[in-house]
Amino acid sequence: MNTTFVTEAAQQHDIRAHAISLLGPLVAAAGLVWAILQPHRITLLHPRGQGFWWLVVEPPLYVVAAGIVFTLVVARPLLADLERHRATTR
Amino acid sequence: MVHWLFAVGILFVGLCLFAEALAGREVWHMRHWRKYLWPALTFVLGLFLWPVMAFFTNSAIHMYAHGSWADGLMLAGAAELGLVHGRLHSPLWRLTWPLAFVITGIAFIVHEQNPWLFARSAFLHHLIGWTFIVGALAPLALAFRPRSAAFQAAFAAVIVVVSIQLFADRDVAPIFGHLSPLAGQQHR
Repeated sequence: MNTTFVTEAAQQHDIRAHAISLLGPLVAAAGLVWAILQPHRITLLHPRGQGFWWLVVEPPLYVVAAGIVFTLVVARPLLADLERHRATTR
Repeated sequence: MVHWLFAVGILFVGLCLFAEALAGREVWHMRHWRKYLWPALTFVLGLFLWPVMAFFTNSAIHMYAHGSWADGLMLAGAAELGLVHGRLHSPLWRLTWPLAFVITGIAFIVHEQNPWLFARSAFLHHLIGWTFIVGALAPLALAFRPRSAAFQAAFAAVIVVVSIQLFADRDVAPIFGHLSPLAGQQHR
């Protein structure tokens, strides 16, 4: 096989793997930035007078959680499979 | 507040779609649980729209809108589940996605009876509605080119944009400095 094609395919694979590994941390970072810019959105920081649902729903923390859960549950096993797929098709 | 809860679910679906577009369908389907993940989540989001319809009964149009979204999301999620499981074979089932997008878009626009600059929630309802209607082109293209990573990424991008728009929603807040006196006192 032409080594140029093999190198290009490997590079493309690396870019994709890198992008997948960045998705979760980027989302978690976005949630963190939101929490810093609008701390009043986190009602747990000033719980007095807040109703039950306003204390349960913490949007910036939910965004951080979505990023972390995605990284641990989806991205990590997916990256392992991507590597396995690359090894078998090499 | 309900919008934010749905925004989290929609964001997670969007992330899964982006990851599938990047990894490719073959790799995404290497684990059984993963291929059912976002279609099942979509179906569950549709299910959760029923309590929203049942408990937020401030107007008939509000109930019709949420009921039709529930139907649309459940249909698209169920069709995708059937396709990945191998029970459904015709790729035309993927047309349920653009259908769900158009139903959702129309419902968003119709059930917001105030003009764009009435308040932030009114603006976002119009914006989300039009995002869904224009964004329906992505799943429509994907129905005919199911292996296209570009169309799949566009589909994921529409979903993530909608989740950001839902996160931007507030109870009563101005939009570009406009807040109708009829909207009430600004809060949350």
